[in-house]
Amino acid sequence: MNNIRRIAGAIWILLGIAAAYFLIVEQAIPLFAKGDMESLVPAIIYTFILSPIITGGMCVFGLYALQSEYEL
Amino acid sequence: MNTTMLQNEISEGFDGKKLRKVIAASSVGTLIEWYDFYIFGSLSVIIATKFFPSDNPTAAFLSTLATFAAGFVVRPFGALFFGRLGDLLGRKYTFLVTLLIMGFSTFAIGLIPSYSSIGFLAPILVLTLRLLQGLALGGEYGGAATYVAEHAEPNKRGLRTAWIQTTASLGLFISLLVILATKKSMSLEAFNDWGWRIPFLISIVMVGISYFIRKNMDESPLFAQAKHEGKIVANPLKESFGKKLNFKFVLLALFGATMGQGVVWYTGQFYALSFLQKVANIEFEQSNYIIAISLAAGTGFFIFFGWLSDKIGRKGIMLAGMLIAISTYRPIYQAMYELADVNQKTEKPNSRQSRTDYHMMDGTVTLSKVTRTIYSYTDGSQLLEERTEKVSHLPSVQREKAVVKKTVHVGQQAFWLLILLVFIQVLYVTMVYGPIAAFLVEMFPTAIRYTSMSLPYHIGNGIFGGLLPAVATYLAAKANTANEVAAAAGQSLPYAKPYLEGLWYPIIIGGVCFVIGLLYINGKDREIND
Repeated sequence: MNNIRRIAGAIWILLGIAAAYFLIVEQAIPLFAKGDMESLVPAIIYTFILSPIITGGMCVFGLYALQSEYEL
Repeated sequence: MNTTMLQNEISEGFDGKKLRKVIAASSVGTLIEWYDFYIFGSLSVIIATKFFPSDNPTAAFLSTLATFAAGFVVRPFGALFFGRLGDLLGRKYTFLVTLLIMGFSTFAIGLIPSYSSIGFLAPILVLTLRLLQGLALGGEYGGAATYVAEHAEPNKRGLRTAWIQTTASLGLFISLLVILATKKSMSLEAFNDWGWRIPFLISIVMVGISYFIRKNMDESPLFAQAKHEGKIVANPLKESFGKKLNFKFVLLALFGATMGQGVVWYTGQFYALSFLQKVANIEFEQSNYIIAISLAAGTGFFIFFGWLSDKIGRKGIMLAGMLIAISTYRPIYQAMYELADVNQKTEKPNSRQSRTDYHMMDGTVTLSKVTRTIYSYTDGSQLLEERTEKVSHLPSVQREKAVVKKTVHVGQQAFWLLILLVFIQVLYVTMVYGPIAAFLVEMFPTAIRYTSMSLPYHIGNGIFGGLLPAVATYLAAKANTANEVAAAAGQSLPYAKPYLEGLWYPIIIGGVCFVIGLLYINGKDREIND
């Protein structure tokens, strides 16, 4: 079971990267492209606040799992 | 308190009366904070017209900032700011401060003159106060949960902290009730004019009462002991997030518990309301009654699952709630859609009523033609269809597509079935949310507990939960667009039920959280005395 916990770490890192793609490419860039002030707020929040938290957190979590930090 | 008194208190626990006072003081304050936070959301349409006129781009920008920033940025920041204070100065003083900030902000929103009276100062003041609300909310929950858990008997921690867990739903319930009662007590014009301020203003009375109850409480015995023994850390933020030993548990709490809990919570309460109003077109008052009754019926289950988690463990209940929720969301929402879908109902013969009015537009050249038709159905449901179109004899005035607004009032049977379907979702909420305060408290040591548990809670709820409306709308809009493109090209529609596409967000997030929780969470650790 600990092997599964460790190997699954790679999946969490990939999921973190996928989240960044979704938040920046699918959500933020179309909002930036609109150019109006109203769209700018969510675009900035997606890019500079949510992406680092979600992607960074998920990737560090995956890394810790790969390093066997969560073995039970 | 001296060491002997502290040790006695910790080992023997409080008497029942004192413990009830601790729970009441913490829960009432947290409930008021949730109430304060929700009335802004529930009255956002009126607030927008009073403070953020849509024809003014700067005001609209401030409105967007108030919506996004309060949940996404300020709540987690409040968790860090007040969490640090709580771990340095104590739980009691910190959540006393958050209560006062929230109470002051809410009361002040009710007093601000509208945009038409004081111009840009109005939206700036509202934005500032809304941000203060988010900040206070970020600091409140962790303090209340920690305070109660550190007073509770070890074998009843789930039960005791479950009272804190009822407050979010009760806060929403009371906010809906106060708004509906205020609305009913006056004309619609009076409510839109000044009556909407009442729910904000009465908050000060509740905050005042709660403040005086909390003020007379003692500090948490575990924190007092840690302070007495010099175990308070100088920098709780560095200790929580700078050390791998603690930070790995912060991440586990987020991705293995609060992330899934956040989306289940938002789906069961907010998405359900939004779906009833915007997709099923059920009228404002009836849809609010559906949610309010479901919440009232479901709230007791927070206590039940908190109690059960003391008997059989927290992990199993939370993960079971998550799994059942994500497995049944689609059939539940399909059933909700069908119950309000008038295409599946039989219209009563000779019951249709129609009336057309004309209103002047653009001087005297163009008229607005408004046709209101009421369709009645055999199950007691009614559909009000309002069709607005421009009419003019002048060829220079372009014909536009008519705007059709549909509002459904469902019959008695459908009404109660909808309550049942929302109640089932509230039940899922109680499973994942009831035991989570005790679960989070047990993950972290006293010295950094307030900081460490507050951040994952507010990221899970504020960010993962708060993203739900935006992502769900995006997914549903994408499906609708794909269907329209396919229909225009004469192809078969790629999405049979585009209105269910938004549910993929809670299903995927909840699914990932379930797997992480199942794999990595140790369900046996119940110790909080470090």
